[in-house]
Amino acid sequence: MIFNFLISSDAFFKADHEVTLIACLLFMGAILYTLAKARRGADLYIRSIPGLDAVNEAIGRATEMGKPILYCPGLSSAADVATLASLNILGRVAQRVANYESRLIVPHRDPIVMTVAKETLKDAYLQAGKPEILNEEDNFFITEDQFGYTAAVNGIMVRERPATVFLQGMFFAESLLLAETGNSIGAIQIAGTDAVHQLPFFVASCDYTLIGEELYAAGAYLSKAPDLMSSLKAADLIKGILWVLIVVGLVLTLLGNASIFEVFGK
Amino acid sequence: MKTKLPVTIAFLTGIFMAFAYFVERDNVAWVRILYEELNQNNIVLAVFVLFLGVGTLLIRHAKKIRDRNSDSIYSWVVIVSTLAVAYIGLFQTTGESIGANENFQWIFNNFQVPLSATMFSLLAFFVASAAYRAFRARNTEATLLLIAAAIVMIGRVPIGAVISDGLNLTGSFSLPAIAEWILDIPNTAAKRAITIGIGLGMTATAIKIIFGIERTYMGSGK
Repeated sequence: MIFNFLISSDAFFKADHEVTLIACLLFMGAILYTLAKARRGADLYIRSIPGLDAVNEAIGRATEMGKPILYCPGLSSAADVATLASLNILGRVAQRVANYESRLIVPHRDPIVMTVAKETLKDAYLQAGKPEILNEEDNFFITEDQFGYTAAVNGIMVRERPATVFLQGMFFAESLLLAETGNSIGAIQIAGTDAVHQLPFFVASCDYTLIGEELYAAGAYLSKAPDLMSSLKAADLIKGILWVLIVVGLVLTLLGNASIFEVFGK
Repeated sequence: MKTKLPVTIAFLTGIFMAFAYFVERDNVAWVRILYEELNQNNIVLAVFVLFLGVGTLLIRHAKKIRDRNSDSIYSWVVIVSTLAVAYIGLFQTTGESIGANENFQWIFNNFQVPLSATMFSLLAFFVASAAYRAFRARNTEATLLLIAAAIVMIGRVPIGAVISDGLNLTGSFSLPAIAEWILDIPNTAAKRAITIGIGLGMTATAIKIIFGIERTYMGSGK
């Protein structure tokens, strides 16, 4: 028990969560370090993400064609980090849509997400200097039923024929139903999810797919704000540490010493 | 104040929930009570917001009917079915559980279930069209994907073993064994790499939200 000295009873902290706690503190430290570095003006290089580079082009295309843009924030609740990441992307996308004065349709499965998105949209249009063109009726709740929602969004796609479809957030079995319908109407589709099992469907049906961590990096990437980009550098730092640990673990295992698994099994 | 208060609430709640994750809650009463209370509040909040959601749904469709939209027949269906199911669920339920409400269960079993099943069954056709597009051998990567997919699909069904026997492929060179290897080694390696990235991205986003670095979700992005 590493943390016994902090408490009187050894049953205060969960004994099997020690490594997770250390990893979290390490990551938090890395974020604060890179944040301080970013605020001092350090240059933060981030590799190009084609799916996000295409956002402006996709919105511009919809504007030129006089067609709306459909943004689906996933089917999970606001308690899901993927949904929050999606709402961050929605904010950045909405600002660009407001600049182009296009129409943005945002159907929801979760009423809490709808309420949060309403504020996000208001702020995005305000920041773009065009709060008057925001149509709040285009941010709406459909149903909490998974396939009811899917049927409704597919119906919107077929009737409204959006030129651009964003599928960002957490998706389940409906991912392919949505993406294939979007594909059938000829829309540019930019998908992003951290649901590993849905990624192949998006890759097959969408023009661009943000794979896993790219979904979380999108908000920072689109805003280019140093404060937000610093967390991406922190994640790279931790990935470097993990890479070293994997190599050490591999070498130790090949040498017949599997003790590293006991440490990280906690 | 409009920004500071939500950021402070997010900070305090986030820190507490992270703390509660590491604490043996069964042994620490105040952490357990506060943790359960916060989760309960989440449910209460969801119920209130559901009214808001249903309200916007009904208003949206009522406006379509008022504007004599060409698809307003569907708006009638939405409004009538929403109100009818709500009435049956709220006013015809006796006892503690809605499961005992026969009318509600009849609607669920005869409308909801077949409609959902219909949507889900469409997946079979969409999988075929998506697979056709994904497996076209346009370049080296797509060709590799096609070969790997063909081996996995054939190797996972009984005919894979029959073909292997016919071609005298045995042991590690049989189609089922190769399919298993593709799934267990390269596929798992790629999935784990993605999962590690997701874990880091998720944690980074959570930390940014807890510390108020990322505020776009509350309409205060910079």
